[in-house]
Amino acid sequence: MAGTIASGTRVLVALAGAGFRRYATYRQATIAGAFTNTVFGFVRCYILLSVADVTGDVAGYAPGQLVTFVWVGQGLLAVVNYWGQQELPERVRSGEVVSDLLRPVDLMAGFIAADVGRAGHAMLTRFVVPVVVGLLAFDFYLPAHPQTYPLFAVSVLLAVLVCSACRYVVSLTAFWLLDIRGVLMVWVVCSGAGSGLYFPLPVLPDWLVTVLWVGTPFPALLQAPLDVLVERGGTGHGLALVAGQVAWVLVAIGMARVVQRRALTRLVIQGG
Amino acid sequence: MANPYLQLLAAQVRSQTQYRVSFAIDLVGSTVLTGLDLVTVWVLFGVNGSLGGFGGREVLLMVGVAAAAFPIADLAVGNVEKLRVYVRSGLFDAVLLRPLSSLGQLVVMDFAPRRVGRVLQGCAIYVVALVAAPVQWSTPVAVLVVFAPLAGAMFFGAIFVAGATVAFWWIDSGEISNAFTYGGKDVAAYPMTVFGGLFRRLFAYGLGFAFVSYLPVLAMLGRSDPLGAPDVLRWCSPLTGLLVAVLAGLFWRTGIRHYRSTGS
Repeated sequence: MAGTIASGTRVLVALAGAGFRRYATYRQATIAGAFTNTVFGFVRCYILLSVADVTGDVAGYAPGQLVTFVWVGQGLLAVVNYWGQQELPERVRSGEVVSDLLRPVDLMAGFIAADVGRAGHAMLTRFVVPVVVGLLAFDFYLPAHPQTYPLFAVSVLLAVLVCSACRYVVSLTAFWLLDIRGVLMVWVVCSGAGSGLYFPLPVLPDWLVTVLWVGTPFPALLQAPLDVLVERGGTGHGLALVAGQVAWVLVAIGMARVVQRRALTRLVIQGG
Repeated sequence: MANPYLQLLAAQVRSQTQYRVSFAIDLVGSTVLTGLDLVTVWVLFGVNGSLGGFGGREVLLMVGVAAAAFPIADLAVGNVEKLRVYVRSGLFDAVLLRPLSSLGQLVVMDFAPRRVGRVLQGCAIYVVALVAAPVQWSTPVAVLVVFAPLAGAMFFGAIFVAGATVAFWWIDSGEISNAFTYGGKDVAAYPMTVFGGLFRRLFAYGLGFAFVSYLPVLAMLGRSDPLGAPDVLRWCSPLTGLLVAVLAGLFWRTGIRHYRSTGS
């Protein structure tokens, strides 16, 4: 039993390493992506700062915190990877998913492991560029407490896991729909608006913010790590956010398992 | 013999409406996604009742021109984004071999009917904004009201084509053009007073995004540019649209001449 777990872990680590190396070969795409995040960083940063210019802050975020929020948010967008390329739905449509299922690695575990490797690569490249530009070009809020940094790292990892599990569920809808562009669009809208990418969530009415935090995984994708980093509400609040993310990891993975079980009952292998 | 472009177009529409549930969600979803831009402006505007020194109805008009212009460009030529996929897979060789314009083929080959929803929505926003905003109606303003979204669409269309052309040299450049198409759409929808520093000079006036919506809207409102652009520039968006389109066309021709097949 212990041997099975050890070899299973080794396979997942190897898959994560492969995910990392795979994205390390897409150098042009990495540079292009970082450039785009940087341009969007300027756009969103200026817009939020101009709002703060009149009132002094935006929903309790001081201008420096807004700068950090926007630029680190642009960096994390590629790490958490809401909108990345998806191969799984296409493999479901074409039937190639059968060969994935024949492998001695669980489909979901393999998917998430490879995604974590990809996120690791993005953290070293796509995350760094916008954050450095933001640091150089604007008055950036840096965390006052040293414990915020490790807490932020944990929060980012949890965000990656929640996002990965959610995207897995989205991909599995291909078993029912074959063409998932529509579902993907719903995902893009909800994950963008509900996660704090377009604006920090506290600018919304309180009841809506509560519904989003409690009822949806979206704030766990971006708003949570960013609130941890800008120390909104202090370390205690940060710990509560991370605990909430842990809960969402469990819920999302549980849901992914249920959906996977039901999806596989729909799988029909034609031919021999 | 029907026009081959129309036949390709009809085939695309047929194929994309095959998966009906997906197409329906897609149509609604992409419309909602554009609506999200408006919601974002509204939410940020709501924080203190103004944006960059402009009131709500004035900002709405700026959003309206951009909201009408961008989807028209996206519907008409947005699919040239796919060029990099064709260059990579070698399919572009087949495109060049056919006795039709290569740009024309690209435009119809991936025509996305779901984008029609966004055009209608964008135009609706524009009309509402025109009614709500204190437009100083006169004959030149009326002409501008009609031509501003079209000029903006031409401008964005040129940006789409120019962005795609980069793929002839640099296959994985897709995200860079996103910075100027989708990023440019965001820039164009806000008053330029919101932005600052070198970024404003570069994007608003250097690349010309101020001409899409901000400057024409100032003319419609009968206001001068608080940033000091000469009043006559407010009427120039059709000219800049045309200029950028010509430049993009020349760039495309240069790109095609440099195309070397992947050789696989």
